[in-house]
Amino acid sequence: MIVTMNSFDLATEKPKPSHFQPRLDELNIKEAWSAWNGYKFAEYYYEVEYEYFCVRNLCGTYDICPMQKYFISGADAERMLNRMVTRDVTKMKNGRVSYVLWCTDEGRLIDDGTIFRLGDEEFMLTCGSPSTAWLKKSCVGFDNLTIRDRSDDYAGLALQGPTSCAVLKKMGLTGIENAKPFTIHHFDFGGKPLMVSRTGFTGDLGYELWIDAEHAVEMWDALYAAGQDYGIHPFGEQATNMLRLEAGFIMPGYEFNEALKTVHFEFDQTPFELNLGWMVDFKKPHFNGRSALVEEARRGPKYTLTKLDIEGNKPADGSFIYNSKRCTTDIGYVTSAMWSPVVKSNIALAMIETPYLNGELWAEINYEKELRQFHKVARCKIQDAPFWSPERARLTPPSDF
Amino acid sequence: MNQYDSIVVGAGHNGLVCSNYLAKRGKRVLLLEAGERCGGLASTYEFHPGFKTSVAQYATHLPKRIINDLKLRDFGYASHKLDLEALSPEGDSVSLRSGSLFGASADDMAAYQDYDRLLDKFAQMFQPFWQKTVPPIGNNSLSEMLAFAELGLKIRLMGREDMQEFFRVIALPMYDLLDEYVSSPLVKSLLSWDALIGTKQAPRSPNNSVLHLLYRMQGDSEICVNIQNLVEALTQSAEANGVEIRTAAPVESIQISQESEALAATGVVLESGEAISAGQVISSADPKTTFLSLVGSEWLEIEFTNRIQRIRDRGMVSKLHLALDGLPAFNGLDSPDRRLLLAPDVETIECAFDNAKYGELPEQPVLEVTTPSLSSSDLAPEGKHVMSINVMYTPYALKEGWNVSAREALQESVVKTLETYAPAIRSQILGSELLTPADLESRFHVSGGHWHHGDFALDQLIMMRPTHGAAQYKTPIDGLLLCGAGTHPGGDLTGLPGFNAAREALS
Repeated sequence: MIVTMNSFDLATEKPKPSHFQPRLDELNIKEAWSAWNGYKFAEYYYEVEYEYFCVRNLCGTYDICPMQKYFISGADAERMLNRMVTRDVTKMKNGRVSYVLWCTDEGRLIDDGTIFRLGDEEFMLTCGSPSTAWLKKSCVGFDNLTIRDRSDDYAGLALQGPTSCAVLKKMGLTGIENAKPFTIHHFDFGGKPLMVSRTGFTGDLGYELWIDAEHAVEMWDALYAAGQDYGIHPFGEQATNMLRLEAGFIMPGYEFNEALKTVHFEFDQTPFELNLGWMVDFKKPHFNGRSALVEEARRGPKYTLTKLDIEGNKPADGSFIYNSKRCTTDIGYVTSAMWSPVVKSNIALAMIETPYLNGELWAEINYEKELRQFHKVARCKIQDAPFWSPERARLTPPSDF
Repeated sequence: MNQYDSIVVGAGHNGLVCSNYLAKRGKRVLLLEAGERCGGLASTYEFHPGFKTSVAQYATHLPKRIINDLKLRDFGYASHKLDLEALSPEGDSVSLRSGSLFGASADDMAAYQDYDRLLDKFAQMFQPFWQKTVPPIGNNSLSEMLAFAELGLKIRLMGREDMQEFFRVIALPMYDLLDEYVSSPLVKSLLSWDALIGTKQAPRSPNNSVLHLLYRMQGDSEICVNIQNLVEALTQSAEANGVEIRTAAPVESIQISQESEALAATGVVLESGEAISAGQVISSADPKTTFLSLVGSEWLEIEFTNRIQRIRDRGMVSKLHLALDGLPAFNGLDSPDRRLLLAPDVETIECAFDNAKYGELPEQPVLEVTTPSLSSSDLAPEGKHVMSINVMYTPYALKEGWNVSAREALQESVVKTLETYAPAIRSQILGSELLTPADLESRFHVSGGHWHHGDFALDQLIMMRPTHGAAQYKTPIDGLLLCGAGTHPGGDLTGLPGFNAAREALS
């Protein structure tokens, strides 16, 4: 066989179109595409901060077709999921959504996601990374269940921001204003089933819309027609990253490294290190990683993910954290940082060695001004509550705007 | 208050040994057996009116320490010599008697001396480790590190050349090792057999046939051929030391509690619904049965469950029992009073394995034949005999399924093979029983019908048997231990897993 350079076929590497692609193409005037799970995915559409302000002041849509969507059903579905995740699935009522974590045998975080309880024996699990292999492993010994991976044929669209409820009402989703956070509601959309959950990744009022892929564009058009007067806009990955940081949500690749993809020993994280110990339920029946996490809870986590309010206005991206202004001993590192327009603070999430949390915290910030490099040392204050948590995110029914 | 200190699940020989050692130390021990009688694969039962046998036919290396500790001789245990002889259809034969080769060419006999010296040296070196708990790798205590150091030291003390040779041959296929020493096809068959029988290994399979052979070279140099006596001695000794034995008491589940921070085994529930509590549950069932059926994956970690699920434990040996009208006459043999190997050369063994590997019956089966009624006269009516035949290699999952025609075809090809060595044997057959690996599984509650509860392979041995997290007899669940052939050092009738597990249970 003669091998030539052009025999390498990279065509399969081309990202797949999203189920909303015809509309995304029209709106992405900057052609700022990246990819997520093999899908073409917008970094931004016009400009990051513009999209950010749309979501905080009006409403925006975020394409979640690339999210993994697994439908798990059968008599063993609840037991299997309950053994996999750290929260108690048996306490979930039908029609509810729960944010969940799952860990390795050693208690290291594999991924986070949401479980939708669609019935006594039917669940939808969504997550950011493909998890088929781990699900398959988790099913050994649980024979009465089936898992359908609907990642490629079930479309999802997040609608987030203060006017989002008004838009859905206008779209004809009667009674949506009565949907409480983390609940699921089913609507008839011109004869097609449309599922809406009051969930999101922005910390604000918001919903997620789920529909069979072939009706995705039709739903988009109805939503945008309804949202015209309410300032509906699309927002991309970069705006999402700002929004979730203000809400204090963790992101893979920033706050945690997925355990199954981590090469170096313990370069992954535990739920306690990520300050998510409240999501680990030792009273529920056995779950994966439990014995390791019992030990970790007893010993205390090596690091703790901490919310920081940093003096000044220079974002502390990639900064080391020190226990004194002299910056002699580094005790942690910043995982995400930004100037928050809505809180008007210089905020960050940082992994800090737990014993140092009670002492002084200083960030050494490197920044650039017109190609010149500068650095400063800024005092950090620990903040316990989320940076941004508006009343409207929890209010039922929410006001129109 | 618990009804017992320990419940041992399964009265195979390892369950008997383990419970006995615990009772000797004053523990209140209940031994539960699913079958009608003790012994598991070594239990003796009637397979044809008036004819009895057991699946296990000989114990080649029961350690003297266990024989003495449990006073087995006081309870009727006796050992004898049992030679291995390879026959050719023409009536030629070579044999191993008391560690010497007979009937081979002068060159082969001379080469065998070197071969035997080397393997014997390796076997001696390994000897202490079969009776030890081998620590896991990583985060070891000083005493655990010393255990590794002792093994390292022993290997080093063999001298430079033997040490190098040890590392060279330890994972060598038997075919290659024998090729370096001997040339006669029949001698190669003879010498390879004990490295292969019972596992999913052929002469040319890499991995650790040699280690398997070394394992079989330990212990009492004499062989126990009266398995009924052995099991009775083990049972009586256990009862004498206070073990309470209940047969026909199959265990439905091992009970786990999560009241404290850690999971703990609290007892068992029988299929009858009866619940029995104990401070400790020790299972001699195979690891898959123990963890996946009796405990249940919901109490286990996910990766651990998958390692258990992946244990290679599909047996390759079928057993044919024949009730014979008289003693069969083998070509060129005065009496079949030894282990007869009917495999003319290693290529035939390899081809039989190839068939089975792809889910088919062997075109030419290779057989190991014993006549247990010669050493235990009560197994058959006077003048009549029982023949026990190990048939290699037969797949657990036969492609066409173990239906009537497949069973008949296998039995016919075995009898036909026998006829080439013992021409009149067909007319002597009064009755028969064929046990495929699938039969062994369902009848003796052993996953895959595997004699050893898991293949002998480097990744399933020593501190990895059955898998890390359960290879030191203790398991991730407090108070749940393993004591069966699926743990270090492994299968055959050695009692060592039971012996080692009892030590850990008492620690």
